[in-house]
Amino acid sequence: MPMNVDKLEEIKTRALASIKDAKALEALNDVRVAFTGKKGELTEVLKSMKDVSKEDRPKVGALVNETRDIIEDAINKARANLEASALEARLEKEKIDVTLPGKKRKLGHVHPNSIALDELENIFIGMGYEVVEGPEVEKDYYNFEALNIPADHPAKDEQDTFYINGEMLLRTQTSGTQIHEMEKGRLPIKMISPGRVFRSDEVDATHSPSFHQVEGLLIDKEVTLADLKGTLETFAKKLFGEETKVKFRPHHFPFTEPSAEMDVSCFKCGGKGCRFCKGEGWIEILGCGMVHPHVLEMCHIDPLKYKGFAFGIGLERIALLKYEIDDMRLLYENDQRFLDQF
Amino acid sequence: MKTPLSWIKDFVPGLDCTAQEFMDAMTMSGTKCEGYEQLDKNLEKIVVGKIEKIEKHPDADKLIVCQVNVGSESIQIVTGAPNVNEGDLVPVVLDGGKVAGGHDGGPLPEEGIRIKAGKLRGIESKGMMCSIEELGSSREVYPDAPEDGIYIFSGASGVKPGDDAVAALGLDDTVFDYEITSNRVDCYAIMGVAREAAATFDLPFKYPEVRETGNSENAADIVSVEIKDTDLCSRYVARVVKNIKIGESPDWMKKRLRACGIRPISNIVDITNFVMLEYGQPMHAFDLSTIAGNKIIVKRAGEGDVFTTLDGEERKLDSEVLTICDGEKAIGLAGIMGGENSMITDSVKDVLFEAATFNGPNIRKASRRIGLRTDASGIFEKGLDPQNAYDAMERACSLIEELGCGEVVGGRVDVHGALPEKKRISFEPDRINSYLGTDISKETMLSYFKRLEVEYDAGSEELIVPTFRQDLLGFADSSEEVARLYGYDRIPTTLPKDSGQIGGLPFKLKVEKLARDTACAFGFSQSYCYSFESPDVFDKLRLAEDAPERAAIQISNPLGVDFSIMRTLPLNGILGSLSSNYNHRNENVRLFELANIYIPKTELPITDYPDERMQFTLGAYGDIDFYDLKGVVEEFIFKAGMKDRIKYEVSKRPYLHPGRQADIIYNGTVIGYIGQIHPLTAKAYDMAKAEVYIAVLDMPEITARASFEPRYSGIARFPSVTRDLSMVVPKKISAQDIDDILVQRGGKLLESYSLFDIYEGAQIVEGFKSMAYTLVFRADDRTLSDNDINNVMKKILNGLDGLGIVLRS
Repeated sequence: MPMNVDKLEEIKTRALASIKDAKALEALNDVRVAFTGKKGELTEVLKSMKDVSKEDRPKVGALVNETRDIIEDAINKARANLEASALEARLEKEKIDVTLPGKKRKLGHVHPNSIALDELENIFIGMGYEVVEGPEVEKDYYNFEALNIPADHPAKDEQDTFYINGEMLLRTQTSGTQIHEMEKGRLPIKMISPGRVFRSDEVDATHSPSFHQVEGLLIDKEVTLADLKGTLETFAKKLFGEETKVKFRPHHFPFTEPSAEMDVSCFKCGGKGCRFCKGEGWIEILGCGMVHPHVLEMCHIDPLKYKGFAFGIGLERIALLKYEIDDMRLLYENDQRFLDQF
Repeated sequence: MKTPLSWIKDFVPGLDCTAQEFMDAMTMSGTKCEGYEQLDKNLEKIVVGKIEKIEKHPDADKLIVCQVNVGSESIQIVTGAPNVNEGDLVPVVLDGGKVAGGHDGGPLPEEGIRIKAGKLRGIESKGMMCSIEELGSSREVYPDAPEDGIYIFSGASGVKPGDDAVAALGLDDTVFDYEITSNRVDCYAIMGVAREAAATFDLPFKYPEVRETGNSENAADIVSVEIKDTDLCSRYVARVVKNIKIGESPDWMKKRLRACGIRPISNIVDITNFVMLEYGQPMHAFDLSTIAGNKIIVKRAGEGDVFTTLDGEERKLDSEVLTICDGEKAIGLAGIMGGENSMITDSVKDVLFEAATFNGPNIRKASRRIGLRTDASGIFEKGLDPQNAYDAMERACSLIEELGCGEVVGGRVDVHGALPEKKRISFEPDRINSYLGTDISKETMLSYFKRLEVEYDAGSEELIVPTFRQDLLGFADSSEEVARLYGYDRIPTTLPKDSGQIGGLPFKLKVEKLARDTACAFGFSQSYCYSFESPDVFDKLRLAEDAPERAAIQISNPLGVDFSIMRTLPLNGILGSLSSNYNHRNENVRLFELANIYIPKTELPITDYPDERMQFTLGAYGDIDFYDLKGVVEEFIFKAGMKDRIKYEVSKRPYLHPGRQADIIYNGTVIGYIGQIHPLTAKAYDMAKAEVYIAVLDMPEITARASFEPRYSGIARFPSVTRDLSMVVPKKISAQDIDDILVQRGGKLLESYSLFDIYEGAQIVEGFKSMAYTLVFRADDRTLSDNDINNVMKKILNGLDGLGIVLRS
């Protein structure tokens, strides 16, 4: 009995010392095998239990188990420590310079015209407008005559039209789409029509022979000039911010009567006056009006039953203003350094 | 259109507001005022001074010392001006005052120039005598000012020392500038704008005083007028003035003209200019002695006639140009310019005055064809009210008598057809309110019309429109008059009572958005290019002379040859943009465009709509090759819901590299093409050293096949089996040939395949290439057995064998 006790004590001391000495998981595993493994010293002690007297066996057994528990406990703790420091070492080794540049997979950039158009479309789609398209090479009738601009009308000159021949031309305005839609005979109409238009203006910082408009048309039984004001004010607030104020000024377009131009309070200075609004506090952004009854009649719509309003927005104008682009030519040069900024 | 405030006030005496208030109110009532210029800006403490004594400066040869009586006192001023004499009356800025600019007439400083007492070469100077440039004006409108020196008031001006010199010069005024819309011909006249001002401010309008003129003779006994082409001239009023005394106009008239930027010349010329400004009616004066037979005939010119206008230029005419002729010859181009042969000279004795109404569109066309646009033609082409010709003539003759510049002959020759009557429009107040969304009383509306000189016939409930308002034609016009005088800003702001439409994008535009999104995801940026281009493009693209793409729609009046045809191919825009990027040394540029090409449906010239085909064009150079671009195209087509196999067929487009181009084919239809730009085309676009790749998809073909309705087909439950296939392939066999075998023979069990290696060179026999594929087999109802796989593989290998392909040992 004392022999076993002493032996166990001695094994324990040696085991704990070995555990303490083990500096790596492999060494620790060796310790475990040497002491508590199948052929380990403690196992050997247990095997020698047959030599112990029957009455002493439970005591010795308990003592062996206690010693095993102590050793295994020490091994587990040592293992946890070693694992923790091994992880720490690995993490330290895996340290990277987080300030090195990221690996980019460059996305392309949507053109500012399209960004502006998306905004406009989303606003009007949200108000229930359908988007439709019209032809860019147009007949004189749709570009002028049906819009109350007969052959000798001075407004025809003002628009500097590109002609193909006497009958066909490049549309100077998207307003012809109004006529195409009304001629379809499906009422009511609630549409916007974005598209390319052409006028023979030489290229410079504020002019381009090709640019874009967004036409709007609403034809229904109960439509008023007040509704036009409300619709476009809502549009302006969505596009330029809730604090935007609008101003409707009388104007003249042959195909609307009454007609107006809409100014918005300058979104840069809030109306105080700055270089964007040329000190005026207001920026003109669109023309609009009640569809002229004569235009309705030419499209076989009874002006006593139906009324409507129409508006036309210069897309480039919106894009230049919103994104602070100071030269219209940039929009058609397609320089990657320009496009990358959108 | 410009109007001085002082002139407006002649018509609207009650007008009392600041310049800004005037501008805002006029703009909001429909006469858009774009700005104003205060002629007396930065002019402070400037009076009339009389030079009483001039002495030499003791220490400076070029300076003189003047004693100047400025009314309350006499002050000493030192000046270098060469043109002053004792007794001269001059504008003097007093100590502490301001002038607008320097004597050199350069740009005016924003804050003006402050003048302070000081010493010049030791001699005290307490102010400054001013040139017209220092007063912010110019010799252009003050031709009596010296070229270099102090402005000297003429004796006739009646000024005396101490008077306000700014007022004496007529610079105490504000000039407004308007944008007049084409419908308001009447507002191209001071009187028209003044009428609008009266209506806007609800003030009485005062017509100018026109006196009955003429001696006991009758103009009709002296001259006759015949209008041969009545379609082009609706009225011709002629009066005669005898014993013309050419001289200067009075100051009040000169001030008016100057404020409008018009240089006073002589009384007769000034009166015609004055009436043109006031009434918007151009007039013309002929020397009566030059008019053969004292006869005026208004008729079209003969084809090819030549005529010398009063500017000395020879003009070639055609039969659509209207001329004013005498008994023998043309003496003027109607509404455009008079002739050299009948112009007024200083020795003129008797004058025939003309005020007429010509056909606006004809004047416009004629002045364009002749290439001569004048102030007169600019007004006539808008189409004038015939009544205006008569009124303007009366006003002009009244001024001639008033100014004493001739003896007006009694009577007038007034030739015209039926004159337009005052139009009647039914007055519908309820309809106006329901149109505007307002609740304005009938009485208020009628008060607006009254202000506009529109009368009301209560019996017939009709509005009676004055003839000068040619733009008021019907209900909508009457509602606009109400709206603008009520105030657009007072009209309520409401939203339409909706009929419940649902908004959205049409399918075509959805497909285009997908194209855009896909391109952007692959690093392509969106470009916008012109729709018109030069026919040289076809040569740059190396198209054959008879290539169908050369049949492009031509613009008859292009900005230049570079913008003269509508594009039939989408390449030039993107190649031009790539070239510009390349030459700016931008690396790795990827662009795309979504825009139309224009294909005539019939022979040229077109008489109907062309086919406008949306093209999705991708172009790039730098970090890209053929297969990168092909991947983008295929991803787009797949995302568009087109999941069948895309095939490629080597094509022969002249602008593409002959060995690196293909048509993109979907179910037998060519839906686009892809390739490298031919080196010669790249060179033509100044990118000789770049490998440029492009792909074009014909969007109508895509849209016709696209679908955005995905269907879930389950996720495979049984394991797949993978086999690699390493082959030696004759060089002429394309990957697509192998694909064909794999697809046909792999059948349903072949889930997918991919090429993972391709190699040519050492170890491979000349004329062959090594290709390696991974084949993935799977069944959706069972785990495949070796037997299954072996059977399929056998079929595939047999097929490949047929192409001369052998497995690598």
